Amino acid sequence: MLQVLYIFIPMLAAIFVPFLYKSIKNVHTGWFVLAVPATLAIIYASYIPKVADGEVFLEELPWIPSLDISIVSYIDGLSLLFSLLITGIGSLVVLYSIFYLDKHKEKLHNFYVYLLLFMTAMLGVVQSDHLITLYFFWELTSISSFLLIGYWYNRDASRLGALKSMMITVGGGLMMLGGFILLYLMGGTYSIRELIVMAPDLVEHPLFTWSLVLILLGAFTKSAQFPFYIWLPDAMEAPTPVSAYLHSATMVKAGIYLVARFTPIFAASELWVWLVTGVGILTLFWGSFFAVKQTDLKGILAFSTVSQLGLIMSLLGASAIAFHGNGATDTIKFAAFAAIFHLINHATFKGSLFMIAGIVDHETGTRDIRKLGGLMSIMPISFTVAAIGGLSMAGLPPFNGFLSKEMFLTAMLALQNFEFSGFETWGALFPIIAWVASIFTFIYSFYFVFRTFTGKYTPEKLPHKPHEAPFGMLISPMILAALVVTIFFIPNLVGDTFVKPAVQAIQPFLYDSPQDVDIHVSAWHGEITPELLMTIGIVIVGTLLFVALPKWQGIYQKFPRALTLNNVYDKIMLGLDVGLNRVSRLYMTGSMRHYLLYMFSSIAVIVLGSLFVKNAFSISFQDTAPIRPYEIILVVVLVIGTAITILAKSRLTAIIGLGAVGYTVALFFVIFNAPDLALTQLVIETISVALFLLAFYHLPKLGKREERMRFQLNRAIVSIAVGVMVTLLALSAQSQKLIPTISKYYEETVYSKAGGGNIVNVILVDYRGFDTLFEITVLAIAGMAILAMIKLRMNRKGKSHENK
Amino acid sequence: MKTNDVIIQFTAKIVFFIIFFFSIHIFLAGHYTPGGGFVGGLLTSSAVVLLVLAFDLNTVRKVLPINYTYLTAIGLLLAFATAAFPMFLGKPFFTHFFDYFDLPLLGKQSLHTAMLFDSGVYLVVVGVTMTIIQTIGEDE
Repeated sequence: MLQVLYIFIPMLAAIFVPFLYKSIKNVHTGWFVLAVPATLAIIYASYIPKVADGEVFLEELPWIPSLDISIVSYIDGLSLLFSLLITGIGSLVVLYSIFYLDKHKEKLHNFYVYLLLFMTAMLGVVQSDHLITLYFFWELTSISSFLLIGYWYNRDASRLGALKSMMITVGGGLMMLGGFILLYLMGGTYSIRELIVMAPDLVEHPLFTWSLVLILLGAFTKSAQFPFYIWLPDAMEAPTPVSAYLHSATMVKAGIYLVARFTPIFAASELWVWLVTGVGILTLFWGSFFAVKQTDLKGILAFSTVSQLGLIMSLLGASAIAFHGNGATDTIKFAAFAAIFHLINHATFKGSLFMIAGIVDHETGTRDIRKLGGLMSIMPISFTVAAIGGLSMAGLPPFNGFLSKEMFLTAMLALQNFEFSGFETWGALFPIIAWVASIFTFIYSFYFVFRTFTGKYTPEKLPHKPHEAPFGMLISPMILAALVVTIFFIPNLVGDTFVKPAVQAIQPFLYDSPQDVDIHVSAWHGEITPELLMTIGIVIVGTLLFVALPKWQGIYQKFPRALTLNNVYDKIMLGLDVGLNRVSRLYMTGSMRHYLLYMFSSIAVIVLGSLFVKNAFSISFQDTAPIRPYEIILVVVLVIGTAITILAKSRLTAIIGLGAVGYTVALFFVIFNAPDLALTQLVIETISVALFLLAFYHLPKLGKREERMRFQLNRAIVSIAVGVMVTLLALSAQSQKLIPTISKYYEETVYSKAGGGNIVNVILVDYRGFDTLFEITVLAIAGMAILAMIKLRMNRKGKSHENK
Repeated sequence: MKTNDVIIQFTAKIVFFIIFFFSIHIFLAGHYTPGGGFVGGLLTSSAVVLLVLAFDLNTVRKVLPINYTYLTAIGLLLAFATAAFPMFLGKPFFTHFFDYFDLPLLGKQSLHTAMLFDSGVYLVVVGVTMTIIQTIGEDE
């Protein structure tokens, strides 16, 4: 029970945020919010020792049992690691945001509600063992990140960036749902654990490849892989704490998580290995190459994140080879280890770098690298943190990025040695691309750090006079930078507690317990290894190219805009907009008559058609009750009332006629023993007549615009068809009772099962409570819509009065 | 409004209470005899509508200073909470509970969680109808 509840704690806490924000003005709301991720981080940290020993924790909360849908929280090495990242980095980000977002100027209640919502969504994604709930949380991350990216919603760029990220990630999510459903069709279960167990049988299934591709689409869009990465740079319009959180530590890593989690199911497919490794390494190269083009600090980091995610992705793809056995040596097994290790390292250094970018923006007023420079002496602490993060990103010792980068190079070198699916010939490409991409990684890391903090100081270009950031803002990046260094010196402690359990979760067939993962990280292997030589090459070539950067950076400008992926996206969106607009204009004429005509004619065609196809016209009058005289009277009244409503010359008469129809129907309910319905109908009639009377005053007179209606054949046909349809439907429904009515069941169980006496009401609140719940939700939405429509119009009127 | 509507105003005040208490009765009786949250809510709003017709919107707003949008929200929240509550006990969404209790003054009575859900319905119905009537009536 508790374990599932932890996921929802942030969401529950979010309810209180607006109240805290409104009632306690002089304390930054962030301080209250901080308690949530911090507490959760401590709770999850208490799982560490047991999970490191190979234990797993499973807890199930039924949600919709009849559809086999439940919320399952599954904590193993992989999900624990992610949960810790989400809550740990989350705490630091909240702490940072307290100093970053001004409590008077910003809408903090919105911000923290979205952030907490996002936290729940992320925790749900990484802990769900159920495909449908995983999808549910997955799309919840898309929605909450949409809100976060569009937080400054009065800026065009924020809204467009938010929309772009949502279009791409939700689109991918829908594909993924398709893949999940195919998996369910193949395996007959929604549980990922059970699917992993039956993985060997699934490979043969014809749907297997489809589901693999669809699920990968979901993962690639979320993790900003080529060619879907285009949303990530635009998502940088979000406030910097959001960027540091979503785009370095959490949301973009959901795709990585998904690939890691599904590796045991799909790794047996060669397509999986090629797709994940290939797309990963391509993204690594593409992202690192274009990072050097950027002039915005956060732009550089965005492309760098894209590229680093590609790196982790390619490692996961390589680790899948271990499932193929043939020729898979020990070297490739640690690709999974390297992937997870780099994931942790990336979260630490990228998080700190994003925060530094935010600090620079906050203190100087600009993130444009062309205006910045020489800030080192003014912001020494920021510079130190940036240098630690940057050098770690570049893969230099003594920082953690060095270790994982070495392991990455080792894994890529090992790829060419496999006699598997073309790797013996094409495998040689991997280390080459990896090496070139690493050079660019080196260049943009230096570009980011040294262009900002060294060189010529040009205060005249800066909007503010810069000074060192307040201490509170520096705490979080300093903690992360300290982690960067610490992990370098004690990599095996991190490896044993966090990485090995996660690796065991990714490759459950290879290891029985986390201790079996036989990998030891060391910075110096005591000999000159090929990967060390590659690193030396990276440093030499990278330094030369960095120094010569002004000479060759111009090549980026030669890239025609028409060929970029962003242009393709814009074209698609514009085309959809124009095309769909044209289609809707065809039928959205704005005339109520047309709409009614469409609706009634299609209903008539469908119902009469199906009556005809099913041959349901056999009408019998056997079971009908005798018609009593007052029923005839009521029918006559009904007809007269209807006629008055339609033909009346004044509106008041029409309203009275309509009221008469309503009350007569209520009388029918009384006659046919339905007091509940009669009661409701009576009250509704009363209220709607009162409403009409209220609105009466404002409506135009009927008589003035009277005109002779032309007889229109199509309308006559539709009205007659609808009339015939309703009559036939009622008669044939009455004549054909294939199954006994359900009312018997209600009669028998209403007392024993629901403890009630009034069937109608018990159906409303119990048997079909869902119906009622959504009904009142719709009712509430309709009420709000009317309120919004009329109030907004009034406000606009009020404003135009003021302008006059 | 006209000036000589003393009688309708006086009658409306009394009739309001009659309808209102009847609506409460109908609402509470719902589980065993005709009635329930829907009808009860509608009746309550019709009682308020009667007041609106006899007096006018602003006077009624002063006498009953209720924010009907909040009322809607509270009702919806109550309904959802009642439905979701059993999940925390490991039961499926929308499981209802009922039993008999000996209450002081009232004697042996049956209590249902369905009733809580129904009060959510009641509040939403009152909230929405009154929101609509108020906004349309105000739009001048």
